[in-house]
Amino acid sequence: MNHRGHRSLQRSSRREFLGAALALGGILGGARLGLGADEVAQLPFENGERPLVAYPQKRPLLRLTTRPPQLETPFSVFNESLLTPNDAFFVRYHLTNSPPPEEKLAPETFRLRISGTVGKELSLSVADLKSQFETVEVTAVNQCSGNGRGLFQPRMPGGQSGNGMMGNARWRGVRLKDVLNRAGVGAGARQVTFNGLDSPLLPQTPDFVKALDVDQALDGEVLLAYEMNGEELPWLNGYPLRLVVPGYYGTYWIKHLNDIKVIDDVFKGFWMSTAYRIPDNPCACVPPGTKPSQTVPINRLNVRSFITSLADGAKVRVNERLRLRGFAFDGGSGIKEVVLSSDNGSTWVPMDLGEDKGKYAFREWTGSIQLPKAGAYVVKARATSHSGQTQPLDPSWNPSGYMRNVVEAVNINAA
Amino acid sequence: MNPVYQKYLLVVVLILFAAVGVKAAERRFKLPPETAELKPGPGRDAAKVSCLLCHSADYISTQPKLEKSGWIAEVQKMREKYGAPISTNQVDSLVEYLVTNYGKPAKPSP
Repeated sequence: MNHRGHRSLQRSSRREFLGAALALGGILGGARLGLGADEVAQLPFENGERPLVAYPQKRPLLRLTTRPPQLETPFSVFNESLLTPNDAFFVRYHLTNSPPPEEKLAPETFRLRISGTVGKELSLSVADLKSQFETVEVTAVNQCSGNGRGLFQPRMPGGQSGNGMMGNARWRGVRLKDVLNRAGVGAGARQVTFNGLDSPLLPQTPDFVKALDVDQALDGEVLLAYEMNGEELPWLNGYPLRLVVPGYYGTYWIKHLNDIKVIDDVFKGFWMSTAYRIPDNPCACVPPGTKPSQTVPINRLNVRSFITSLADGAKVRVNERLRLRGFAFDGGSGIKEVVLSSDNGSTWVPMDLGEDKGKYAFREWTGSIQLPKAGAYVVKARATSHSGQTQPLDPSWNPSGYMRNVVEAVNINAA
Repeated sequence: MNPVYQKYLLVVVLILFAAVGVKAAERRFKLPPETAELKPGPGRDAAKVSCLLCHSADYISTQPKLEKSGWIAEVQKMREKYGAPISTNQVDSLVEYLVTNYGKPAKPSP
């Protein structure tokens, strides 16, 4: 582990060295170096222009909003590696004072407090977590509830992203269960709430607090993570500690986590009882433009798949074997099958699944197709999970634009 | 190598290393500047106070073009759920500014 830490340090200082050298070159030469800050990406919907901007510890990403910072991963990154690199991992905040400043996160000051319906309150540093609890690791997808919201029709207000608000990483930390058991969960406990150090500007704005049922908090899978892909968490991804809730949407993965409370009621906070609610039915959907009669808090990821090796609008050779790849994931049952169509969904052929890196991880698929004649093709991948869930061919709709999982189409041309 | 060049090289290397140190410390916990601005027009100053206190202008400009009913709902949400400092008599002019600059005409009723 030390070895890995050392290597990652070297890597990041080399990056900083390069950055500084280039910056210096820019000052001396007075030249535009094309580092990406002036480039603009175009997402495929109205008002979809996004400047590519480099944030601390990040390569240039699609900036959705400046305050609070929201950054989307360029989709091409997903074809680079199955683990999403830390410097390309998406960023989503809700509150004005985000991310929290360095002084609140420094090892000397940062403490995680566990209180509420517990035998004894705890106050733990990250070093305490590392030294006093068993270290565990899980590879899991963190996906924003509104990933792909900009692609919904009809559109709805909210963070307008393409499909880049997701990522797959190796999260390392300790079990929430172990820490809660150290505190001693009281008999009447029903839920556990999680709060981080990001904060609203106005006292009347609801702080971003989320809750899990006590059974889930104690299931041994939920982690208090301090590392991501072998490095400490980037500032914008929750440094020094975040909640990792494998299989659940990112809204529960509280960043800069410093406050855990065990409560003997169901938490009524705004971000559970009003925001992040989905229609209470199997598709979490309603007819476009209508409102659901019953809602529940968003929870488990639905099944999705993507083609990563073909960009929309790609030009390929006719009658030549075309190697394809991509990945699929779901909320934790695992991927059973990925099929592919090159005729807009009329016929499907199975793809080969890659190594299973765990039921919460991206599952790679590969395969090939041959396009018999010149012209336009619509290529689609469709995944089915072990729980039997399959991606819908037609998009589902809900008023908040959550849980998009329609079979995505890639338009290509063979010549 | 000529000793004069050597001296120059040393200076350049030292500058580079100093730049690295400063950059590394600065970059880790410093966000890029906020440059997004609201579109000019009547009502912009009031909108700055009402909206930009809590979020940047690109939170508005990246939204789909909403009809008037959509911007009314957004302004109400910001007031009621998030406590935005918008008084009752400011609502109409704020909605007007948003529809004019970031909206679209309502669909004709069938």
